[in-house]
Amino acid sequence: MLRVIVRRLLQLVVTLIGLSALVFVWLRNLPGGPIEALLGERATPERRALLVKALGYDQPILVQYAKFMQRLVTGDFGNSIRSGDPVTEVIGRAFPATVELAAAAMIIAIGLGVPLGYLAARHRGRLLDNLSIGGTLLGISIPIFFLGYLLKDVFTQNMHLFPPSGRISTGMDNTDVTGFFVLDGLLTREFDATGDALWHLILPAVTLATIPLAVVVRITRASVLDVLNEDFVRTAEAKGLRHKTIRGRHILRNALLPVVTTIGLQTGALLSGAVLTERVYNWGGLGTLIYDSISGGRDYPVLQALILLAALVFVVVNLLVDLSYAFIDPRVRVR
Amino acid sequence: MSLLDVRDLSVVFQRKGERPFTAVDEVSFSVEPGQTVGLVGESGCGKSVTSLAIMGLLPKRGNKVTGEVNFDGADLLKLRPEDLRDRRGRDIGMIFQDPLSSLNPVIPIGTQVAEVLERHRGMDRKVALKEARELLDAVGIPDPTRRLKEYPHQISGGMRQRALIAIALACKPRLLIADEPTTALDVTIQAQILTLLKQLVDETGTALIMITHDLGVVAGLCDTVNVLYGGKIVERAARHDLFARPRHPYTHGLLNSVPRLDSPRGERLHAIRGSVADNIPWAEGCAFAPRCDNVVDACLDGPPPLEPTANGGDLRCNNPVSEEVAVP
Repeated sequence: MLRVIVRRLLQLVVTLIGLSALVFVWLRNLPGGPIEALLGERATPERRALLVKALGYDQPILVQYAKFMQRLVTGDFGNSIRSGDPVTEVIGRAFPATVELAAAAMIIAIGLGVPLGYLAARHRGRLLDNLSIGGTLLGISIPIFFLGYLLKDVFTQNMHLFPPSGRISTGMDNTDVTGFFVLDGLLTREFDATGDALWHLILPAVTLATIPLAVVVRITRASVLDVLNEDFVRTAEAKGLRHKTIRGRHILRNALLPVVTTIGLQTGALLSGAVLTERVYNWGGLGTLIYDSISGGRDYPVLQALILLAALVFVVVNLLVDLSYAFIDPRVRVR
Repeated sequence: MSLLDVRDLSVVFQRKGERPFTAVDEVSFSVEPGQTVGLVGESGCGKSVTSLAIMGLLPKRGNKVTGEVNFDGADLLKLRPEDLRDRRGRDIGMIFQDPLSSLNPVIPIGTQVAEVLERHRGMDRKVALKEARELLDAVGIPDPTRRLKEYPHQISGGMRQRALIAIALACKPRLLIADEPTTALDVTIQAQILTLLKQLVDETGTALIMITHDLGVVAGLCDTVNVLYGGKIVERAARHDLFARPRHPYTHGLLNSVPRLDSPRGERLHAIRGSVADNIPWAEGCAFAPRCDNVVDACLDGPPPLEPTANGGDLRCNNPVSEEVAVP
């Protein structure tokens, strides 16, 4: 088991190095750039040349990349061009916000998706099943930004049930420990802050959860339908076991493998959904940071680090998924 | 009183937009305590559906079950689902055909045996696992302590079927239904499993319904044999009578088609001509008529009745094979 993990982590390093080179070259070939953004379009050639030199962009790209990698080894991603702060700090501020949002979205997607998928399979062809099929189709097809603005309009503008944007109410005197506001409130016993953070979290999390939720329902339903036809479910019935035992131990346990795979892939893909969701709800996370770093003048150092981070998250999540197989299914255990 | 008394059991499958299909057609038979009864017939004759109907394991939708299944003073078909659930695995055990697919692949063998003890005998996990070890030992699984923690894919086919037998017999049921328990196994293992079943049934006094298409299994095990064709019982006889003097042309054909080691070399194997696809509906006559060598006009004139024979059996045939015709 340990060997598998080590091998996968080594693969991860190779992947990240390759990706960093790709991203480095790709970013610098995008139209527009930090020079224009910082100096405006009418800057004199002299001033532009000065800034280019100051940022080191006059050197050959290979040299730039080598310097970037050299600093990277020491954990230094450089400084943001826009704010001048170290990239690690900029990302460190935004990271907990997105993790909090993504975690809430996945809790919704899994917590609702697995039971719904199971029920749909059990009521195959009947009303509940048809509703779930229709609902998931809608969930997958509806654009996130549209749903986001729709929910925001209905629940904040018209019904005033939830706050329209942000992670916490202004004037809420919360202590920042981990950057996860819900968690911080619990840790510091500022339960009003936890409540307020949760209240802000609900709409964005629901928005972000729609696609993974729909996918989890679909996969769970299909997987449970497969398992229901298995002989061992009939054996379990022949044993006279209780519904609860048959459902949990015999059906869901076996149906879970494809669901876990899906959850892994969806978690990795959440970041793309987060860009839109965070824009709609003005959520100061990685999604907003990606958006600002591109639109606000190609903040190369921040973008590079963000893309590598996204790849890292994707690979690590899928490694965790692969490892969880071994716990779910003894047949894939490494001997 | 019989332990199990099946009366006019019919199972009709009805799918939307399709013609209803009668898989089991007014089947009646009974099982005495400690007796071994065979249900014999080829694929699609309704023998497995009969057993699933007795256990209440048919799908909830798409079929209609009528008749009576009297077990221990109650009609199982009329029991509330929860009450039937209490009896399954406790009073009636069942063994299935394919031991690999019939065991849960992601649960250790020990848990799969223990859970039935926990459910019906109120044991906690620890006690149940201890009992499970004894059961695995009793069905001849070597090194049972180690097997408790192993998964179905880690043990052999014969051992899997032994584990399923241990599960079915865990609560000392009064009736065991074995649905083609040896079909998926190697021939050498088949013999071992049959010997084990016979031994366990003798030791515990459990009655056994043996469902099979294999007459060899019947010959070695059953007291009484019911031969099914097209969903109906066509012949019922004590084992000895059935093998010595098969009366129904179908039974006769079945016995005739068993290859024999002492037949002359080069002799063609006997087969019943045609296939189940040639069957006519029972309403129009004897379903076997199109394949039968003894067919007479009356056979296409509505279903022949099931009538008692001289030696205590039953027969559904207008022109049975003469008692003098011995099986070669």
